[in-house]
Amino acid sequence: MFSRTILSRAVRQTAFSAIRPAAVAAPIRPSPFLLSIAAQRRLLSDAVRQAIDKAVGSAPVVLFMKGTPETPQCGFSRASIQVLGMQGVDPEKFAAYNVLEDADLRQGIKEYSDWPTIPQLYIEKEFVGGCDIIVSMHKNGELAKLLEEKGVLAAETEGQQAEGEKKE
Amino acid sequence: MAQSITEDSIRAALTERLKASHVEIQDMSGGCGQAFTSLIVSSEFAGKNSLKRHRLVNAALKDEIAQIHAWSAKCQTPEEYAKEMAATGGNDKPPLDGTEDGKVAGVSE
Repeated sequence: MFSRTILSRAVRQTAFSAIRPAAVAAPIRPSPFLLSIAAQRRLLSDAVRQAIDKAVGSAPVVLFMKGTPETPQCGFSRASIQVLGMQGVDPEKFAAYNVLEDADLRQGIKEYSDWPTIPQLYIEKEFVGGCDIIVSMHKNGELAKLLEEKGVLAAETEGQQAEGEKKE
Repeated sequence: MAQSITEDSIRAALTERLKASHVEIQDMSGGCGQAFTSLIVSSEFAGKNSLKRHRLVNAALKDEIAQIHAWSAKCQTPEEYAKEMAATGGNDKPPLDGTEDGKVAGVSE
């Protein structure tokens, strides 16, 4: 089943920390006071922005979600990953990032996309929307069309025949 | 101003800020903070795609959405609303996709 393939594949790519620039991980931290000021202003640092740029560009289809594709921690993230699985998105062309693993990502992605909620879907670095938009595009056929146009569907979804031919 | 967010306060804000002609707000909180889903009808959505409509709503409710745990919306023009009401026999409602029996299921923080 496709939803399974996309899930097991994507879960290996969820480590946002792996693509964070070293500067972010360095233990040089401003005082708690400065941190709280920054939090109030919701500044998106260059380092976090760059890391998000990298995450957004890490695959043709990228989902920022709560939890992992196999174990979503929120119903909206679950619904979104299910839709991508049903659509037959190619696991090779998909990456998911768990915002619960990284507070900077969790806050940063909201500013980066100018979007207040999680999950968030990107296709070829372009922001598509959150769960409401993903589900409504799934229902009205726009998502299938978009994924097809971008060439990000797994070949097997085009029919069992193609799969059979490959195996021979 | 930590005013509490209610169905009425969101409805009033949308009516005022987006000139919404019809607003339905439904509580979908399921034990992890305030959560609302909505059906918003406004002529300001005309000529805008789904993403632009949601961005309009997000901007109009920036402070409110920042204070609650979950937010869902369906944005229609008066014409689209009338059409869907006619097609569904009056069953055009706020979206509940991603909820469990109309309640948000997820992490608490």
